[in-house]
Order: sequence, then C-alpha cells, then structure tokens
Amino acid sequence: MNRFEYVRAGTVAEAVQAFASGAESRFIAGGTNLVDLMKYNVERPDRLVDITRLPLDSIEEHEGGLRIGALVTNATAAYDERVQARYPVLSSAILAGATGQLRNAATMGGNLNQRTRCYYFYDEATPCNKRQPGSGCAAIGGVNRIHAILGASEHCIATHPSDMCVALAALQATIRLAGPEGERQLAIADYHRLPGDAPQQDTNLKPGEIVLSVDLPAEDFSRHYTYLKLRDRLSYAFALVSVAAILELDADVIRTARFALGGVAHKPWRDAEAEALLQGRAPTREVFEEAADHVVRHAQPQSQNAFKIELARRAIVRGLTQAAAGTPQPLSDKRIA
Amino acid sequence: MLIESGSPVAADTRIGISLTINGEARQLQVAPWTTLLDLLREELDLTGSKKGCDHGQCGACTVLVDGVRINSCLALAVMKDGAAITTVEGLAGLANRGAGSDGLHPIQEAFIEHDAFQCGYCTPGQLCSSIGMMNEGHAHTRDEIREAMSGNICRCGAYTNIVDAIEDVMQGEAAR
Ligand SMILES: Cc1cc2nc3c(=O)[nH]c(=O)nc-3n(C[C@H](O)[C@H](O)[C@H](O)COP(=O)(O)OP(=O)(O)OC[C@H]3O[C@@H](n4cnc5c(N)ncnc54)[C@H](O)[C@@H]3O)c2cc1C
Ligand code: SF4
Ligand code: FES
Ligand code: FES
Repeated sequence: MNRFEYVRAGTVAEAVQAFASGAESRFIAGGTNLVDLMKYNVERPDRLVDITRLPLDSIEEHEGGLRIGALVTNATAAYDERVQARYPVLSSAILAGATGQLRNAATMGGNLNQRTRCYYFYDEATPCNKRQPGSGCAAIGGVNRIHAILGASEHCIATHPSDMCVALAALQATIRLAGPEGERQLAIADYHRLPGDAPQQDTNLKPGEIVLSVDLPAEDFSRHYTYLKLRDRLSYAFALVSVAAILELDADVIRTARFALGGVAHKPWRDAEAEALLQGRAPTREVFEEAADHVVRHAQPQSQNAFKIELARRAIVRGLTQAAAGTPQPLSDKRIA
Repeated sequence: MLIESGSPVAADTRIGISLTINGEARQLQVAPWTTLLDLLREELDLTGSKKGCDHGQCGACTVLVDGVRINSCLALAVMKDGAAITTVEGLAGLANRGAGSDGLHPIQEAFIEHDAFQCGYCTPGQLCSSIGMMNEGHAHTRDEIREAMSGNICRCGAYTNIVDAIEDVMQGEAAR
C-alpha cells in the first residue's frame, strides 16, 4: 500500500474541503473495496478522507418514501424493518451480496461506488483502460466470461458488480450528492455510466462529490418482487447475471413492470421498451419471454461469455415469474429451479 | 499525534488512537495504512486472528468490533479509534455468563464437542463470526446458518460440524 495522508472529517463541508485540497484524494467509508484495491496498488490515493463519522448514518421517512444515509451499512439497510416491509427487493439484493462480515462494514455510498471485479483491472501487470487510460483492454479476447454482453465499448467490457444497485435501478432511487459546487441529485439511471471512450469513469459524479443519501420513492412493490442472482457458487460470489423485478398487478393484468439486470453491463441494465411490452398484458410465460427476447436482442458476446445471453434471457423469465407469483427466492434457499 | 477533525495528518506520522482490546483499554500509535489485522498480529502479538487472504475473501481475520463481526484485514486501525475489539483471545473473557468448565466461551466448547475443526486455521475467524452472527439474530434454520456463515471458508471442510456446534449453542441459548 502506498503512503497517504489521513483526514478525519467531522462535517460534510469539512469532507468536501479536505477532498478538494488534496491532489489525489479518496473518501473512505467501510473500506472493503478501497483498502482491497490499495493493497493491489490499483488505487494509490495520496489522501484518505475518513467519512465514517459524518452524521449520514440514519434511515428516515422522506416524502412518503425512505431516505437512507450514505453511511448506513449494507446490513443495517437490509434488515431495517421499513426497508423489509416496503422495499423487500432492496433488502433481498443487498443480502445476496458479499458476506455477513462485509455487509456489516460496507456502506450505501461505498456500494454505489464500488469498482469492477474485472481480473485485469486488479492486475497491474496487464493493460487496462479503466486503470490506466489508453493502455488497452486485456479482457477483450482474454478471460472474459464474467464480462459485459450489453452496452460495452471497444475500450472496456467490464461490468458493475453491485447487487444493491440493481435493486435501486428497478426502484428508481435518487442519489443525493454534495460537492464543491453545492448539493444536487442524480437519478440512479444517470448515476453509473457506460464505458464509451472513458472507462476510467464509472459514474457521473463530479470530482470531489460525496454521496449524502439514497432516496427511495413512495411506491409499494412489496407484493410482487424478486431478486434472483445466478452465479458460479450459491453463496459468496458475484453475479454472472442477476435480475431485480418488481410488478404491480391488477387482477390478471400487469399495471407496472420494472426490471433491471446485474452482471451484464457497466451499469445496472434496464430496457424501457421491454418493460413497456409487459404493460397491460397478462403475466404469462409467453409474455415474459417476449420481454426477455427484447432485452437480449442486441446483446454482444465476448469470446468466453456467449452463455450469458441465454442465461440472462432465462433469468428474466424466471425472475418475472417469481415476482408475478409473489414467490421471491430467499437467499438460504439454494434450489436451482 | 492526536487527530484534529478536518486537518490532514501527514503521511509519515503515527496517529494516537484508543482501543479497548479484549476488555483492556489501550493507547496506541498507528501508521494510517496499518490494518486492524496487522495491528493485532504484528504490533500487539495477538496472532489468533489469521491472515488467510488479506482481501476479504476468507474470513480467517474476522473479529468483533463493538460486538459486530467484520474482516479486520480490510479495516484501517486508525478508523476504529474508540472502538472495543474482541479477538479469539478474548472470547473466554467475553463468556462470564455460562462459561464452560475451563472458562471457554460456549461456542468454543461446542466446537471442541462437535469436532468443528481439523487444522484450526479458520477457527478463530469461525468462532468470532459465529458469535457475531448470533448477536445479529437473523439466522434460525440450518440453511440460514450456512448462508450467514458463508463468509468463513474452511479449507478442511469442517462445515457440517461447525453448523452443528452453532446450532447446539443457539438451542442452549434459547432454552436458557
Ligand atoms: C470478497 C468480497 C466479495 C464481495 N461480494 C459482493 C457481492 O456479491 N455483491 C456486491 O454487490 N458486492 C460485493 N462486494 C463488494 C462490497 O459490496 C463493496 O466492497 C462495498 O459495498 C463497498 O462499500 P464500502 O463502504 O466498504 O466502500 P469503500 O471501500 O469505503 O469505498 C468504495 C468506493 O466508494 C467511494 N465512496 C464511499 N463512500 C462514498 C460516499 N459517501 N460518497 C462518494 N464516494 C464514496 C470510495 O471513495 C471508494 O472509491 C464484495 C466485496 C468483497 C471484498
Ligand atoms: S474490461 Fe475494462 S476493466 Fe477490464 S481490462 Fe478491459 S478496460 Fe480494464
Ligand atoms: S484475511 Fe481477511 S478475509 Fe481473508
Ligand atoms: S479447520 Fe482447517 S481450514 Fe477450517
């Protein structure tokens, strides 16, 4: 690990100021991603701004929805009674990620800003445009079974590894930020970005901006939801493909359908056209297959991950089926189908 | 030196922090890049907590921070200023209630009773993780225990006996 200055921030203003006055600053919260990357020399901050003492660690009622502070741990959010009752898809997605120990340390803000698990990104000895812009992408034509099938570019085919963010995408959360130029909000859909020709940028955060909270809208998808995570091991592994699905049904008609995919793109992936296809239809397998086919119609496989296209298609159908039936799959239930 | 909120501490400075470690209040000087695991093992000679991977992937370094289980390899010691840390060395002391015959924590007794280890390398982490998991109170069935303990890898494959030991202690607590 490189040497760095340490700043303990007591207020948001102090944190933003301390970040801006360093040359290569990073905020640190749970540290579960940043410390890991520093040990690999992938991140080499010259200043760490410790934000764990900021008063951003509560979950509050907000405009009929919930405001979850950036420093609320993943475990606290997932087990919060209000989150479990009103946004169970979020609780389920968080609990599908990492482990008990990691979720106790990991925070909302850190989870949003965690970096890709692309092997080459972690390996200083290989070219990687995300780690070192302009150096190339070793994953293209390399070991890429975990990589993107949607929205990738010739510069980077990495995926965003978060489970939580997939649920936030389906729930249409808003991310509240503070920075040198004041406060602003970003819709979750605009928070993460596609790699394009600047894969070094994972998000649309401006330099020095800090996440204050994740705001969940006043909606109720507590009956018809699921978070389905498909992976190489049934615990403690990142998603190959995951689906967060939420539905609102009226008798036998789909009123609202939203679903997002994880593990397939540089950001949680939603397809508005595919969701629109479901609206006003009956929740049948044929209808779900139509939506799933629509999502993967432009999927672009890499040398080792063509299997993900069919996996994604089936995951969507199974996820929507579980959501419609009101039978979400709990994490301790390891049945394959 | 002591930390003043908002002002940077230069990279070559050791920082004064207070930690309560296994019940004992300690004043320590740490470099900011020292992980909690390295502080325990290298500077305080508490080598019970193990370094299996140093990357959050194995759970051998699991300790309790204010009663909550975390991976000490991914925590910077300086950030835990003011916290109470419990490592495997402190579990017997934690068990002033219902301690076994030789003063071990009930979960330690149960690991012995159920043969819940072979080489023992993962065991300190498994023990701290089990206690943290029971404090959390979300796992009730065998399947739930297995999922909740999935952050602790056992290379020897003692998993089924580890679950037996945990179930035993949980049933004992419920009966009490
Ligand atoms: C072995 C292992 C397995 C894992 N498995 C999964 C998994 O299956 N699914 C999953 O989703 N995740 C998984 N994770 C990742 C884990 O969820 C993240 O490491 C965690 O959410 C990061 O949160 P943190 O608070 O520790 O972030 P930190 O490590 O403190 O920070 C991460 C990044 O976020 C930035 N940051 C933190 N807080 C803020 C803020 N408030 N504003 C702006 N920037 C901020 C930091 O500067 C840093 O760049 C795994 C991690 C490990 C080590
Ligand atoms: S996929 Fe992206 S992160 Fe991975 S090597 Fe290529 S540029 Fe780097
Ligand atoms: S040493 Fe910390 S998880 Fe492996
Ligand atoms: S007892 Fe050997 S690793 Fe678990």
